[in-house]
Amino acid sequence: MSQSTSAMGNEKIKSSRRKFLKSAATLAGATIGYSWLKSSQVLLFAAEPKDESLPWYGIVIDIEKCIGCGSCAKACKKENDVPIEPFFFRTWIEQYTVKNDGSVNIVSPNGGIDGFEQTVPDEDIFKSFFVPKMCNHCSKSPCIQVCPVGATYDSPEGVVLIDEKYCIGCRYCVQACPYGCRFIHPVKKVANKCTLCYHRLKKNLTPACMEVCPTGARMYGNLRDKNSELVKFLKEHTTQVLRPNLNTGAKLYYNALSSEVR
Amino acid sequence: MEPHYQHLYEILANAQGYIFPNEIDLQWGILIVVYPFITGLVAGAFILASLERVFKVKILKPTYQIALLTALSFLLVATMPLISHLSQPQRAYEIMITPHSSSAMAIFGFVYLWYLMVVLLLEIWFDYRHSMVVWSNEKKGVMKWVYKILTLGVSDISPRTVKWDRKLGYIITVVGIPSAFILHGYVGFIFGSIKANPWWSTPLMPIIFLFSAMVSGISLVMLVYMVISHIRKKVIDVNVLDAIGKYLFFVLILDFTLEGLDQIQRIYEAEESFEIIKLLVSGKLYLTLFVAQGLVGTIIPLITLAFLQFYKHKIKLRKTMYFIVSILVLIGVYSMRWNVVIGGQLFSKSFSGFTSFKVGLIGLDGTLMAAFWLVLPIGILAFLLWLLPPWKMVEEEE
Repeated sequence: MSQSTSAMGNEKIKSSRRKFLKSAATLAGATIGYSWLKSSQVLLFAAEPKDESLPWYGIVIDIEKCIGCGSCAKACKKENDVPIEPFFFRTWIEQYTVKNDGSVNIVSPNGGIDGFEQTVPDEDIFKSFFVPKMCNHCSKSPCIQVCPVGATYDSPEGVVLIDEKYCIGCRYCVQACPYGCRFIHPVKKVANKCTLCYHRLKKNLTPACMEVCPTGARMYGNLRDKNSELVKFLKEHTTQVLRPNLNTGAKLYYNALSSEVR
Repeated sequence: MEPHYQHLYEILANAQGYIFPNEIDLQWGILIVVYPFITGLVAGAFILASLERVFKVKILKPTYQIALLTALSFLLVATMPLISHLSQPQRAYEIMITPHSSSAMAIFGFVYLWYLMVVLLLEIWFDYRHSMVVWSNEKKGVMKWVYKILTLGVSDISPRTVKWDRKLGYIITVVGIPSAFILHGYVGFIFGSIKANPWWSTPLMPIIFLFSAMVSGISLVMLVYMVISHIRKKVIDVNVLDAIGKYLFFVLILDFTLEGLDQIQRIYEAEESFEIIKLLVSGKLYLTLFVAQGLVGTIIPLITLAFLQFYKHKIKLRKTMYFIVSILVLIGVYSMRWNVVIGGQLFSKSFSGFTSFKVGLIGLDGTLMAAFWLVLPIGILAFLLWLLPPWKMVEEEE
C-alpha cells in the first residue's frame, strides 16, 4: 500500500517537473525568438529618426505651381551625371489631361525635359496638370527592405541612398519601388536613384531640381522642426502621398493631388 | 548608337499607354524565368523521391535514385542563372557574407546551401556509401580511387553500419521534405512579397510555386525514367508510370485549384490594378497563359491523366500518353514561370500602360544562355548516372 502511494507521489513530481521544463523551454524559446525578431526587424520594417540633432527630411511638391517647363529634370541629369538617353531618370514630369469623356491621357516625353505640347484639342479637355515625380524617400521603403546586401540604406536624415561600391545589381530594389524611381545605371551597372542631392544638402545647398524651379513648386525641409517652411506648408494645405495604400511611409507630399495620379 | 539603346528606343516607340520612363527596360529577363523553373524541378523531384522513402511507396523504388540524382543535377546549376544575370556578378559573394536580414533574396544562399549540403549530398552519400565501397574494391585504376575518395574513407560495410546508413538517410529525408517545401515556397515568396507589383503580390504565391514545383519535378522524373530505360534498352515498368501518374494527377488538381482560386479572388476583389491585369492576361499573356499554361500544360494533361485513372488502355498507348503528358506539363510550368516573371514586368506600375519584351538570342541574358543552363543539368545527370548507376547498386535486405 505504502509502496504504491510513494510511486504515485513520484509520478506526480515527475509530471510537474515535466510541465515546468516544458513551460520554461517555451518561455526561453519565445524570448530568444522575440529578441531575434526585434533586433533584426526581419518581418517589420521601418526607418526611424535616430539622431535628434539632425534634420529628418521631407519634400513637398505643389502641383498647382508646376508649369511643366522640365528645368528640374534637366538640372537633375546634369548635376547627378544621369545618362541623357530617355530611359534613365531620377526625376521626371508627367502631364495629365483628363478629357471630357472621362478618359485620361498621360505623357512624359523624354521625362518632360524638352517641355510639353498639348496634343488633345482644347474643346475636349476637362482639365490638365503636371506632376513632377522623384524618389519619395520613404521611411518604410520597400527598396531598402528587399536589398539582399544592404547596399541601399537610409541616411540619418531619412534620405534613401545607394552604396555604389556595394550594390550587386540584382535589380530587386527596382522591382520593389512602386513609384518607378529606380533604374540600373548603364555605365556604372548598379542601381541609381534620386539622393535629394545629398552632396549638396551636406554643403547647405538646395537640391538641383529645387534650385532651378522657376515657380518654387518643389521644396524640402525638416519634418522635425515644427517651425520649418515645410511643416507650415503641410499644416496649411491638404496634401497627400502617392499610393498611400501601400504604406511605404512616403515623405514626398503632394499639394492638390488629383485621383488620376499614381 | 549602342545596340542596347537602339533596342530600348524600339521598345519605347512601341510602348502602349503610359509607362514610367524608367520602366522601359525589363529588369529580369529569361534567366529569371529559368531560375524558379530549375529550383522547382529540384524541389519536385526530391519530394517524389521522399514519397518512396518516407511513405514506403515500394512501387516507386526504380525512380528513387533517379529522382535524387536529377534533383542534384539541377540544384548544382540553380544559382548560375541568378549569378549571371547580376550586373555585378563578381560581388555575388556579398550576399553570403553580409546578408541583409530583411531581404527575402538574402536568405537564398543559405536555403540553397542547406538544401545542397545537408539534405541532398548527405542523403545521396548515405544511400550510395555501401555501393561505393563495393565498387572501389571491384574497380581498378583511377575509378577505384574516385570511389574511395567519394566514400570519404568510411569503408565499414558491416550490416550494423549499413543499417545506420539507412537510418540516418531516413532522418535526412524526413528533414528534407520540409526543406524542399521551404526551398521552393521561398522562391515564391521572393515574388509574392513585392507589394509594388499586384501581379506578384499574393500570399498564395509561395504555395502556388510549391505545387507547380511538385508538378514539374514529378513530370521530369517520369520523363527521365522513361528516357533512361529506353537508352538502357530496359522495359519501362508501366506500373511505375501509373503510380507516378496518379501522384501527378492529384498534385496537378491541387495546383490547378490553387491557381484558379487565386485568379477568382483577384477578379472578384477587382482592386485598382484589375483593369491593367485584365488587359495583360487577355493581351500580352494570352498565348503563354491561356494556351501554353492553361490548355497545353494543365487542362490537356489533367483530362489525359483522369482518363488513365479510369481506363486502362493498352500498355504501349499508356506509355506514350505518359510521355506526352510529362512534356506538356513541363511546358506548362515553364510558361507559368514566364507568366509570373515576365508578365509581372510588362505592365507599368502606373497601371496605365505596357512595355514589351523581346528576348535576344545571344549575350549573357539571351535565349542561348538560358538554354545552356537548362541543358547543362541534363549533362550533369548523365555523368552522375554513369558515376553512380542506380541499377548497379548493392541490393540491401530490408
